[in-house]
Amino acid sequence: MTQYIIKRLLLLPLLLFIFSVFAFFIIQAPPGDFVTSYIAELAASGSSMDQAQIDALREQYGLDQPMIVQYFKWVGGMLRGDFGVSLDWKRPIMELIKERLLLTVLLGAFTFIISWSLAIPIGIISATKQYSFIDYFFTIFNYMGVATPTFMTALILMWLAYSYFGISVTGLFSPEYVDAPWSLARVVDLMKHLWLPALILALDGTARLARVMRANLLDELNKPYVEMARAKGMSEWRLVLKYPVHLAINPLVSTIGWYLPMLFSGSVIVATVLNLPTIGPLLLRSLTNQDMFLAGVIVLIYCFLAIIGTLMSDVLLAWLDPRIRMEA
Amino acid sequence: MRDDPIPGSEADARDERYADLTALSEWDQAKLGAQAIEDTEAIHVAPNWKLTWWRFKKHRLALGSTLVVILLALIVLFPGFFSTMDPQKSRAQQSFVPVQTIHFFDEGQFRPFVYGIVGKRNPETLRMEWKIDEEKKIPVRFFARGFEYEVLGLFSTDIHLFGVKEGDIEENPIYLLGTDRLGRDQWSRLMYGTRVSVSIGLISVFISVLLGVLLGGVSGYYGGIPDLIIQRMIEILQSLPAIPIWMALTAAMPRDWSVEQTYFAITLILALIGWTTLGREVRGRFLVLREEDFVMAAKLSGCSQKRIIFRHMVPTFYSHIIAAATLAVPVMIISETFLSFLGLGLRPPAISWGVLLQEAQNLQSVALAPWLLLPGVAVIITVLALNILGDGLRDAADPYSH
Repeated sequence: MTQYIIKRLLLLPLLLFIFSVFAFFIIQAPPGDFVTSYIAELAASGSSMDQAQIDALREQYGLDQPMIVQYFKWVGGMLRGDFGVSLDWKRPIMELIKERLLLTVLLGAFTFIISWSLAIPIGIISATKQYSFIDYFFTIFNYMGVATPTFMTALILMWLAYSYFGISVTGLFSPEYVDAPWSLARVVDLMKHLWLPALILALDGTARLARVMRANLLDELNKPYVEMARAKGMSEWRLVLKYPVHLAINPLVSTIGWYLPMLFSGSVIVATVLNLPTIGPLLLRSLTNQDMFLAGVIVLIYCFLAIIGTLMSDVLLAWLDPRIRMEA
Repeated sequence: MRDDPIPGSEADARDERYADLTALSEWDQAKLGAQAIEDTEAIHVAPNWKLTWWRFKKHRLALGSTLVVILLALIVLFPGFFSTMDPQKSRAQQSFVPVQTIHFFDEGQFRPFVYGIVGKRNPETLRMEWKIDEEKKIPVRFFARGFEYEVLGLFSTDIHLFGVKEGDIEENPIYLLGTDRLGRDQWSRLMYGTRVSVSIGLISVFISVLLGVLLGGVSGYYGGIPDLIIQRMIEILQSLPAIPIWMALTAAMPRDWSVEQTYFAITLILALIGWTTLGREVRGRFLVLREEDFVMAAKLSGCSQKRIIFRHMVPTFYSHIIAAATLAVPVMIISETFLSFLGLGLRPPAISWGVLLQEAQNLQSVALAPWLLLPGVAVIITVLALNILGDGLRDAADPYSH
């Protein structure tokens, strides 16, 4: 087990290297370097820069040097904890991202908990009561859940809350807590706001998970060992929960690896619609304003979260399923 | 009926075990018997597509969604025919006109019409407020003449599926889905948006399929080092968070690109990240098939590799590819929609579902004009239909299973 985890951890730097090259490519992708677009932006707002300042800026970011040097300068800075400065916000990127990152991960964790604690019972009920009214109900619910883009759910809920209850469901904090330092009251306020976006995001995953859970469990329920346990007089619920459910969940765990990256990156759109203080809307703003260093760092963070997610699911699966440990 | 079966009696036990079999009515048995004979004879000679079709048609829901998909295809091909008004033309005086429903029966007779609308400016909010005018009935005609449009770039015509009396459209417009902020007809915009959004989905899936079959095929058929490289590539691409990457790549498109250029760039960007699932599937198929006897037989009879791959192996999983591709289309459609919705994909004057939904981003507008959310319903219906169709195809694709 430890060996397996170490093996996976050794792959991490390689993946990070590939993704950092990728993120760097994204930074470089727009035509012209960012100083050019910065000057253009300044010119549009009526102010200007003299040549010395421009040169200083170019030198600071090493824009006059070859691509490879620029890349290593960028990565080297990040390794020392210096993520650079956002030209759009005129603040260090680290400072911008810190709290938002925490909220992003928190939202992801909540979404994950909600979707699993909804999907597994739904899957179990649909499978054990196959072709009943409740099964059909959940089947329709699942199809709708998969078909409705999360931002549509968010838009519809926002509209309903606004026009029928007169409340605005945007943001993660009440106005008085937005800039307040962390306190118990602020955490309570956060929890009051967090559940709705988490629920919206969870519905999408719930539908997928419940469908897989139902199919897996149906396969298990037809196996002879279930009949055997029944013949021995085991009570139906204990039987189902103890053996087939346990086996049916395993393949689901293996999909967490795909699910976790989606969890964080999928929230970008909903966070934008609901105006949540997570890194998603920051990414959108940085992309539209061509604040490419900030965008590159955020993309890299998403990649990092994705790798961590995959790693976690691999470890979890190895822990649940001894066969995988053997292979490693 | 036996009230008290004697325990230990073998005959009883057997009778009970087969109770549900013997419970079938004679008619059922006759049908089963006849079908069994028919099935065994027909199944052995039926070509693959026929087996698929037999299974597919049992799936009622999938058959129903096929109709929806056909309708969508027609709209994609002929959006102008289904529209009533020029989708780009704005009428400043008619912003946020509500939905006008078609009433098909007028005093018991089939005479489709819509009620007229009257607008009054609210003196306090200075906003136009629209009311249905039940006094005024505007007859709806089929195959009416309206604005001129091009059909597949071949010829132009001004015949529409429905509309009002010729030349009357400006005085008596019909807005089936209301109008937006600039007074543009949402129904017609939706038709043109359907063309763009659905075709982006189709084209990017087409490119994904090409990439997936090519790379997945190479990977699965040859194995070895190409397999290793392609597999690592797929793994890396799959662990990339698709949404931020899509956003970053589309944001990198130069702003001065024309609508056509952004259109094709988006299909490419979607396909380049999206081919991996298909690639994996194709590789898995090839790995299994490579060991099959018929491939060995083809090899021994001296078939060229190209012939083995395209004549013998690929036809066995055509249906799988089609099913997987069908399930991939909705993903692409949703992706395009959210990219345009966020302002990163297609930009006005292009019309797509995402561009239409941009209008619904503003909560105040939506509260005022909830029909701005209707393009989202089109997205949901389309994705639903394609998902059900894809599921049906996937179940049917494996005629030998079960």
